[in-house]
Amino acid sequence: MSTTLTPVLTASWDRPDSFTIDGYGPYEAAKKALGMDPDAVIQAVKDSGLRGRGGAGFPTGMKWGFIPQGDGKPHYLVVNADESEPGTCKDIPLMMANPHSLVEGVIITSYAIRANHAFIYVRGEVLHVIRRLHAAVREAYEKGYLGTDIFGSGYDLELVVHSGAGAYICGEETALLDSLEGFRGQPRLKPPFPAVAGLYASPTVVNNVESVASVPSIIANGADWFAGMGTEKSKGFGIFSLSGHVTRPGQYEAPLGITLRELLDMAGGVREGHQIKFWTPGGSSTPIFTDEHLDVPLDFEAVGAKGSMLGTRALQIFDETTCVVRTVLRWTEFYAHESCGKCTPCREGTYWLKQVLKRLEAGQGTEEDLSTITDIADNILGRSFCALGDGATSPIHSSVKYFREEYLKHFEVGGCPFDPKKSTVWGDR
Amino acid sequence: MSYAPEVRERLERDAKEIIGRYPKSRSALLPLLHLVQSEDGYVSDDGHEFCAEMLGLSKAEVVGVSTFYTMYKRKPAGDYHVGVCINALCAVMGGDEIWEELSQHTGVGHDETTPDGKVSLERLECNAACDFAPVMMVNWEFFDNQTPESAKQLVDDLRDGKDVRPTRGPKRLCTFKEASRVLAGLPDDLAGEGPSAAGASLEGLKVAKANGWKAPEA
Repeated sequence: MSTTLTPVLTASWDRPDSFTIDGYGPYEAAKKALGMDPDAVIQAVKDSGLRGRGGAGFPTGMKWGFIPQGDGKPHYLVVNADESEPGTCKDIPLMMANPHSLVEGVIITSYAIRANHAFIYVRGEVLHVIRRLHAAVREAYEKGYLGTDIFGSGYDLELVVHSGAGAYICGEETALLDSLEGFRGQPRLKPPFPAVAGLYASPTVVNNVESVASVPSIIANGADWFAGMGTEKSKGFGIFSLSGHVTRPGQYEAPLGITLRELLDMAGGVREGHQIKFWTPGGSSTPIFTDEHLDVPLDFEAVGAKGSMLGTRALQIFDETTCVVRTVLRWTEFYAHESCGKCTPCREGTYWLKQVLKRLEAGQGTEEDLSTITDIADNILGRSFCALGDGATSPIHSSVKYFREEYLKHFEVGGCPFDPKKSTVWGDR
Repeated sequence: MSYAPEVRERLERDAKEIIGRYPKSRSALLPLLHLVQSEDGYVSDDGHEFCAEMLGLSKAEVVGVSTFYTMYKRKPAGDYHVGVCINALCAVMGGDEIWEELSQHTGVGHDETTPDGKVSLERLECNAACDFAPVMMVNWEFFDNQTPESAKQLVDDLRDGKDVRPTRGPKRLCTFKEASRVLAGLPDDLAGEGPSAAGASLEGLKVAKANGWKAPEA
């Protein structure tokens, strides 16, 4: 049987009041969790098999388990709501339509790791989402779900919504922490990991929005329920974001392991009269795939085995009208713009990648430039503090691997062989 | 130049409320920068000075932080700060064409403001609405599924003072200064306006409902 959609976090989005506490309902899962031993909550999340939904896929319960207990230090939960990876557009509509699932998840997570102060670090460029978060937090305080002695359990929690100010790098967890402390958002060297020395050098869990928002459903329905969906090592459901040359782009919540072919069937296929050329499984930092990969199960293992990463399930679809060199150049310009400048390989490497790719796109390159860009990419990969530089190399390596001929074509014809008008939404009209 | 006493007093009151939310005061720096931007339309010299004084930092420390983040403007933004996403996917889907035509139409480039002070333009990186490409933002509200024509009309309407509504957002568009105040952590009362979700956000749910697909029972 083919895979079907499993709306959980998205199930209420078509209700006009889904973002209000009346539309969401009482925090039954939080109430249940606060009646449990915190370690039992951690165990339930471990048993569910939930893995981080922010891209890396680290087991969430295990991350919580790393927080030292009885250490006398304050603990913190920081929700990473700095969604900015190109192609990724799931947390923003989730927080717009269903912010209470996140707030309830924050309560449960904070209780499990024994934190009395939590933060939602949300990117600044999404004003209405920020309003909805503030409103949801205020409603939760009014109901007594936040503040002191929540559900009469004696447990206290303060939750602050904190807006960022425009920096992709702050989606990297240690850069996010520096930013939240009021500094430039630059990554820290790990170890120590945030679980030991995070916010204000105290034990801190940094979790993605969707990870935290999935927790109430696990507590309410049980770890087995969650683990019953998905594949052996990639359990549960996730939001798959289809964008680009698709008939009906959008958010499709499905068990991990669904394929792009199945998702495209649901979304009406690639736009009429066109064929898929390349796509990203999980944002621009994940190596591109082509039409040979339509049946790869979209879980952490299968995508990894084919040389890419599941990432954030940001499926950007490009059809045959799209120039791969232009697309890679634009991603590279993004990484060069967003590199924080701390590590030389990333700062300088992305800058030079951009220069060479511009020349290639203009048809003024040589075959040697292809060796130059892959060589630069080799010298960025694994040589910087954080994964931004690594991510910048993904489009380079994968595009040269699958579309070497197209790069060559550019300097054979002395320019881009594609008409950019054809790839636009109105190109066929 | 510095803030007039009544302005200063008001800003201090807001700043103290914000600072009080954090275990360590310096964490309030980003919100305070948004706050001074809500006063001046950019992070002014006075704004830097004010943040430094409120948090016991040197001005150099504050400037070092503000210049790292693209949302803090170093010269006055327009009343309506208009962004066009030019990251790969939006660019390919038409963002490049929108940018070219809009920039030509208004006569201003990236990070520049029209002479009437109404509109400033910015080339944006991905704004997490890729399923609505090509995407534009005005004062950080979503304007989805744009075309060169709709973009030019939007900016003309803004300059003419006509009512403009975001695609997914409140019924009225805040000014850049008003938006900055929300970002500082002092929200307005518009959260209840606008849809829960719209357009592409609902496509998956529609397919699920049409087929009777649900998550398994517990």
